[in-house]
Amino acid sequence: MSKWSLISKGFFKENPTFVLVLGMCPTLATTTSAINGLEMGLATLFVLVLSNIVISLIAPVVPDKVHIPVYIVVIATFVTVLQFVMQAYTPDAYQTLGLFIPLIVVNCIVLGRAEAFASKNGVWDSALDGIGIGLGFTLSLTAIGIVREILGSGSVFGWKFLAGDGILAFVMAPGAFLVLGYMMVLFNKLAKK
Amino acid sequence: MMEILIICVSAIFVNNILLAQFLGVCPFLGVSNKLSTATGMSGAVCFVITLATLVTYLINAYLLVPLHLEFLQTIAFILVIASLVQMVEIVLKKVSPSLYQALGIFLPLITTNCAVLGVAITVVTKEFTFGGAAHMLGLGEALVYAVATSLGYGLAMILFAGLREHLAGNEVPAAFKGLPIALITVGIMAMAFLGFSGIV
Repeated sequence: MSKWSLISKGFFKENPTFVLVLGMCPTLATTTSAINGLEMGLATLFVLVLSNIVISLIAPVVPDKVHIPVYIVVIATFVTVLQFVMQAYTPDAYQTLGLFIPLIVVNCIVLGRAEAFASKNGVWDSALDGIGIGLGFTLSLTAIGIVREILGSGSVFGWKFLAGDGILAFVMAPGAFLVLGYMMVLFNKLAKK
Repeated sequence: MMEILIICVSAIFVNNILLAQFLGVCPFLGVSNKLSTATGMSGAVCFVITLATLVTYLINAYLLVPLHLEFLQTIAFILVIASLVQMVEIVLKKVSPSLYQALGIFLPLITTNCAVLGVAITVVTKEFTFGGAAHMLGLGEALVYAVATSLGYGLAMILFAGLREHLAGNEVPAAFKGLPIALITVGIMAMAFLGFSGIV
């Protein structure tokens, strides 16, 4: 597989949100606006790339029986690092994303890539795979965030183009399920062609 | 007494863990195809959430806080939950084979169910305002909250599995087949649950 396809597969062919359907909880919960979706995506990207690198390095020496707990500890460590970094440099984002930052530990995308890719491939390829899947996740979350923000509050990335409020339901819980459902339909339609 | 009632109504209906907080959505979409598996999964989740909340609450209060190690919460909790699930599986196999038959296959899935870690972290970090001023939950309240939350999970799961069984018999356009139509159905269900928001 060429280096470029390692990165680009996350955008469409193996898109973690629309094709693999992994990591639904942060996808639904944090996409109330485009900027929140973007921040959540980047936070996951950070953990994904670092855990992929470390796991690809330690995989040959980890006994098979305990590999899952070991991978979870590696991932939890990087999540804790991320919590410190975000508290220090982006305290506002840390507040808005709240519970979903520590919950990156149980995001199936991260453990899934560790298991399916990083444990079987070299460091360099694993890092690129992490970047690719992470960017794909970031793009999908931002796209969902943009749609929900336009419908729900009449703005994009905080830039307001509609006077008054939008359709409040799209910022609240039902909108998350509806927008994700209809965007998946759209994705299926496009993928068929 | 009043406070316990408020915690229950709020956790089951108003802030339903699936439909309002989006925790545990992956297994929700995964096993809600059939009513029987949905019931089994709800039972297992209820059991593990309550047990995990009890253990992590105690570990946090008597180990992490006195030693000023709160930043280790994420790592400590996930390890505790993972080993707890393993232990429950072993004990259940030995003590009650019939219960193991019913819940066993769902237990390994629960380690990565973010509802478990989510509730464990929420009860030790968030202030609640059940019937009065904002305060951290005591152990008793935390347990009530955990049980009520998992009942809410079960309620949403079983209702949705019932809907989905009927959905399977209907013709839907190709692009909607499978998850998209399921997500749209959950969206409509979530809208119905919004109606509870005035109660507490």
